[in-house]
Amino acid sequence: MFSYYLELALRSLRRSPGLTLLMVLTIGFGVAASMTSWSVFRAVSGDPIPWKSSKLFVPQIDNWGPKGRSSDGEPPNAMDYADAIALMRDHRAKRQSAMYQISPSIVPAQADKHPFNVSGHVVYGEFFPMLDVPFKYGSGWSADDDTNRAMVAVISSKLNQKLFGGVSSVGKTVNIEGKDYRVVGVLDDWNPQPRFYDVVNTGGFSTTGDDVFLPFLTAIQEAMSNDGNTNCNEVPKESGFVGLQHSECVWVAYMAELDDVAAATAYRNYLNDYARAQQQAGRFGWAPNSRLRDLPAWLDSQHVVPSDTRVSLLVALGLLLVCLVNTVGLLLAKFLRRSGEIGVRRALGAPRAAIYSQFLTEAGIVGAAGGVLGLLLTVAGVASVGWVLPKDIAALARLDVSLLLLTMLVAVVATMLAGLYPTFRASRVQPAWQLKSN
Amino acid sequence: MDILPILSTLRRHKLTAWLLILEIALTCAIVCNAVFLIGQRLERMDMPSGVAEHELLQIQVADMVAPANPYARVAEDMAVLRQVPGVISVASSNQVPFGSSSSNSNIRLDPAQVRWTLSATTYFGENLPKTLGTRLVSGRDLESSDFVDVDVAMKALGTGDAKHLPSVILITQTLAERLWPGQNPLGHIIYLAPTVGLRVVGVLDSLVRPNAYDISKAQYTTIVPLRMGANKDQSYLIRCRPEDRAHVLDAALAALKKVDPQRVVTTRRSFDEVRRKFFQDDRAMAGMLVGVIAALLIVTALGIVGLASFWVAQRRRTIGVRRALGATRRNILNYFQTENFLLATIGIALGMALAYAINLFLMLHYELPRLPAIYFPVGAIALWLIGQLAVLGPALRAAAVPPVVATRSV
Repeated sequence: MFSYYLELALRSLRRSPGLTLLMVLTIGFGVAASMTSWSVFRAVSGDPIPWKSSKLFVPQIDNWGPKGRSSDGEPPNAMDYADAIALMRDHRAKRQSAMYQISPSIVPAQADKHPFNVSGHVVYGEFFPMLDVPFKYGSGWSADDDTNRAMVAVISSKLNQKLFGGVSSVGKTVNIEGKDYRVVGVLDDWNPQPRFYDVVNTGGFSTTGDDVFLPFLTAIQEAMSNDGNTNCNEVPKESGFVGLQHSECVWVAYMAELDDVAAATAYRNYLNDYARAQQQAGRFGWAPNSRLRDLPAWLDSQHVVPSDTRVSLLVALGLLLVCLVNTVGLLLAKFLRRSGEIGVRRALGAPRAAIYSQFLTEAGIVGAAGGVLGLLLTVAGVASVGWVLPKDIAALARLDVSLLLLTMLVAVVATMLAGLYPTFRASRVQPAWQLKSN
Repeated sequence: MDILPILSTLRRHKLTAWLLILEIALTCAIVCNAVFLIGQRLERMDMPSGVAEHELLQIQVADMVAPANPYARVAEDMAVLRQVPGVISVASSNQVPFGSSSSNSNIRLDPAQVRWTLSATTYFGENLPKTLGTRLVSGRDLESSDFVDVDVAMKALGTGDAKHLPSVILITQTLAERLWPGQNPLGHIIYLAPTVGLRVVGVLDSLVRPNAYDISKAQYTTIVPLRMGANKDQSYLIRCRPEDRAHVLDAALAALKKVDPQRVVTTRRSFDEVRRKFFQDDRAMAGMLVGVIAALLIVTALGIVGLASFWVAQRRRTIGVRRALGATRRNILNYFQTENFLLATIGIALGMALAYAINLFLMLHYELPRLPAIYFPVGAIALWLIGQLAVLGPALRAAAVPPVVATRSV
């Protein structure tokens, strides 16, 4: 029966090529515009570490008090040095790491090559297993390396390629800011987007990945200054990097791994106890106002998804809606023009269900054709996203099988939905009336 | 043209007519809001900087080996840069207009004030107003006796020693008007911290802040006489004639390299690039919205063509009868044009209400301002035009129906 309806539908579509083309065009346009926006939206709002994001938490401690809070009562979104170090020392989570951004210069061993700047982070050894960071050669460093302020480094495969021609550099030395560091690990390709471990400093997105990771305490000892944001509610008492470490300015990011709800609750209590202890010691003149958010909630609270992207997704969805209304109108026009044909079929004994199947098949074919056109336009759209969007975001919008399938599915389902009402009207055609009037 | 027959015909096609109205309403609402969003972006991208944009270059260097005396290094660099042929003026600065990364201070007008009055950006560095090309409207420029080294000032802040702190400040007109409306700002004191009071000695015409995200606060700018030592956050700003920029930049880099061959150049750009980079998101968003509006208008026009063609085909016989009874081609043409105008008008009226609702939603969730009334007629005119253009083809076809059709049976 289906093949018969298919044939009928094709014949009917061929009978009015103009109208058919119009419908296919509108659906193609609508679907392509919304799918292109969706691909960008999906890229920027995606969970960068879906298998673990619910176990990663970002703590916040209110070291500024009521005067420094934003209007919604939020504490600072980063930590000062003293609190970060205290939390690391207490070591209450399964794994944790304080971190900050650096931008050191690398001096190549070859005398003829010029020194160059790279970006990186200083972290604790637990950072690598906590975030499941993939290694090509070697591994991260140990807790002992952290406490002994060892001169070790983990470098990206890109930097490894540049300095050592891609062969394993584990055990070799690299000169960073004039000091020699022993390479203990080389990362595999790893540049998660958004850069969830330090959204405060990177704004969430960055096309260039981190090239070096150094131990936190080593970097502090070497006075490697913070390249990320520093926020102060009052001017530091002492100048320079040491002054920053003694100040209440916030500039250190922090992440902790907590396995279950009980662990998260326990950690939350610990943060409050810590703040209360600071209050009793006289450092904080206010009640604890700590926060502990898991990664998805944290990214949301920091507005990592640009609101521009959301608005453009809304506009594109609006376009799809207009296209659907349009399709309903056109299908209605098309189906009702065939009242006579429907009357004859009904009079010859076709049940309403048969009319439904026939016309929904026709709608489905229009949808499929619109989907194919939409696919082509989506491919063109995604390819030209880089033309209008900032490169770091555009680079994330990619075509993949799931996007293509979704495009097709949206086109067919949307058109069938749009066809429901016209089909309903078609099935209500009174056979007697139609036959009489002709 | 008599409207009543059109209305009675439309009453018989209630559903298709309503669908067309709905489509026009949706399009109108989306177009109004999208054009408004584009307008906002364009307005932002037009934000004046107050500096001689086409005459400025920015250079940042990182020293591999920290110089023994960073202040002497800056003095040496600036002297070297001044020697470069084509250079009109050189400044050192902690930040650049539209450069994003910024240093800001919470300003108080009274040291005992609990809550600060506002947050303004603080430029520091030597020779800034002259190099940037921002005009002094009253008072005087900073003099070399006003300047204090940053480290000295920081130490003085710790010990509370007012003698080694800067004592004067330049502010913009906008900031002066905001702090002391209608008064002469010269001689007033601004507190950057309870112990740091700075006397206003000069008022600048206009100077935008590096982080000009909010247009209403974009001119909250101050210049403090602090001398910077060489570090990688500090910039050299060079002013030269627009046509000299490329070779002055090359020569300036070469001159800086000569001072210390080991140093790394981290930033080298003209101010045009600074502005382009700062507003790239706005440009992207505007481009995207233009694309979507175009697609939307095309789709709506196609929809009108489709439905109008359907109606024309359905009414061929009626048209034939009217023609046979003496209606001219123009009458038939006008009939379809008027019909479309009526539908578009109802659609636009509904669309306005919807546009307003969408704007309220966006205001609530995305902190957008209220849609100004001027955008409503824009949407209306666009849709009237699109409607008339789209219906023209089918209407002409209708006008071409010969009267003889009336005599044929179906």
